[in-house]
Amino acid sequence: MLGEGILKGMAETAKNFFGSYVSKERLTTVEYPEERVPAAENARAFPFLVYDGPDWQAGLRCVSCQICEKECPPKCILIEKSKDKKPDYVGKPQFYPVRFDIDLSVCMSCQICVEVCPFDAIKMNTEFALATDDRFGGLLFSREKLAKSNEYYHSIHPTEAAEVDARLAEEKAKVEAKAKAAAEAAAAKAAVSASPAEGGN
Amino acid sequence: MVSTSFFTALDRIFFLLRDWLVGFLPVALRPAAGVLLGVIAIVAVFPGFFALTTVFERKGLGRMQNRLGPNRVGPFGFFQPVADGIKALTKEDVVPYRSDRIVHFLAPLVLVVTVFLGFAVLPMGRNMVLADMDAGLLFFFAMGAATELSIFMAGWSSHNKYSLLGAMRGIAQMISYEVVLLLSAVSVVMIGGSLSLSKIVEAQNSYSGVFPHWYIFTPWGFAGFVVFAIAATAETNRSPFDLPEGESELVAGYHTEYSGFKFALFFLGEYLAMFSISGLGTTLFLGGWSAPLSFFDFVPSWIWFFGKVMLSIFVFIWMRGTLPRLRQDQLMNFAWKFVLPFTLLNLFVTALWRFLGEGWLRWAVCSAILVAAWALMGRVGMRRKHFGPRSYRYAE
Repeated sequence: MLGEGILKGMAETAKNFFGSYVSKERLTTVEYPEERVPAAENARAFPFLVYDGPDWQAGLRCVSCQICEKECPPKCILIEKSKDKKPDYVGKPQFYPVRFDIDLSVCMSCQICVEVCPFDAIKMNTEFALATDDRFGGLLFSREKLAKSNEYYHSIHPTEAAEVDARLAEEKAKVEAKAKAAAEAAAAKAAVSASPAEGGN
Repeated sequence: MVSTSFFTALDRIFFLLRDWLVGFLPVALRPAAGVLLGVIAIVAVFPGFFALTTVFERKGLGRMQNRLGPNRVGPFGFFQPVADGIKALTKEDVVPYRSDRIVHFLAPLVLVVTVFLGFAVLPMGRNMVLADMDAGLLFFFAMGAATELSIFMAGWSSHNKYSLLGAMRGIAQMISYEVVLLLSAVSVVMIGGSLSLSKIVEAQNSYSGVFPHWYIFTPWGFAGFVVFAIAATAETNRSPFDLPEGESELVAGYHTEYSGFKFALFFLGEYLAMFSISGLGTTLFLGGWSAPLSFFDFVPSWIWFFGKVMLSIFVFIWMRGTLPRLRQDQLMNFAWKFVLPFTLLNLFVTALWRFLGEGWLRWAVCSAILVAAWALMGRVGMRRKHFGPRSYRYAE
């Protein structure tokens, strides 16, 4: 009969109306500023710089190779290379950036800088609420603001960060093994060069 | 004894309050001041209801759609209308350059004034009617029809295609359903024998045992109430008949070019029309201010009236939360092919009811005719047309 569908529909909305006061599962609303849904693991907003250890200046992975600066399509990265060197995670002396600025108002979140970085030094952050009242300087992020610890990286992209850590550890082990082998070879060589001298005498 | 006099006083509280206030004036001014106070009360109370209704509607609709609704301003968001009001007052009043300025200015005023005039004849409690006219129903419908004028004034003067289209739709819809609204009320007049709304309420204010003699509890009254509710929804441009202001098609229909407080006035007019038509439906079919069961008679009459109006408003909101908007041709088909013939039949059934005399026979005959007509006309008249694939002669 005409109107049955309307009555069925009204029963449905009545169920919603009263049900929303009874069961919390019905209300899917997340009241944003107070509550937040954790960002998805693959989410990306803007780049940040990863550092190891407690001190961000000492632990910054960036070696100032400037590949990202050159590859950046909208040219939002500015890097100034240091004059001196500091040891990196394997102990090898490397340059470091004395200045590393990203203009987030220009950045288009394309992730190319992350893809080209050979040192796993720049990664994508998930923080998106960056509104500021400073129109010109507010979104120009310098080294201090960009540097985030490896633990933070683990907290936002756990799978990816674990892969990176494994790779870095492997490389470090390789370098150490190589150094060890080199040291052994040098020792052997020294021993060999020592023995003829001994024999010569 | 003490309690009955207390409840009588409560029933008459507004009269007592008025007499007390008027008592401060010289005797010559008292009658005029009394009428003025009544007007002020209506003009103050119903916009207050409007404010409350907007927030309850938004919260209720939210719950029907499993949302929270507004909850930011004040406790549980109940001060939302205050924020909305301040916003409407402080907004810039933009008038289109090529609009007809005078008509554009007058349209919201005409709407609100005519809607307010409709309240004058509604009996809101025992003896609580501002102007007890002999032809109150006629006056009410005259005022209801005048709102159509304001809608076309708004649409025409705005010099905007959306406004005009919205206004045309509004006029077409309101005139179509006006017929139905009037005819469904005519059956009440046939039985009640009066056009005076207070007499219609009096006619329903009697009881068999504990049950009231409201017209909705008769076959013709129930059918009439259903039709009246449909027509009232269309008259007030409420969903599912909100085509004149269909946001997805017409921006906002006839009030597209209104901003700030003029827009708020349109909004107010729409809700006031909803209140007044609910009040009329209550008066005609739901026994006006009379109590639903005879032993509840001690509760002040105005509480029953406003309770019934609030219930009707809730049903309006409930329907809005449930139904999608109709298409224009569906709206017209429904009005002319189903609702109008059904209402005419209902007039006939009402006459039968009147002349079949007391007894079970009239119940059986009238109910059978109405149910059969509803089922048959619903099936035949509202049959979906199946169009074949389109063929184009020139554009292939």
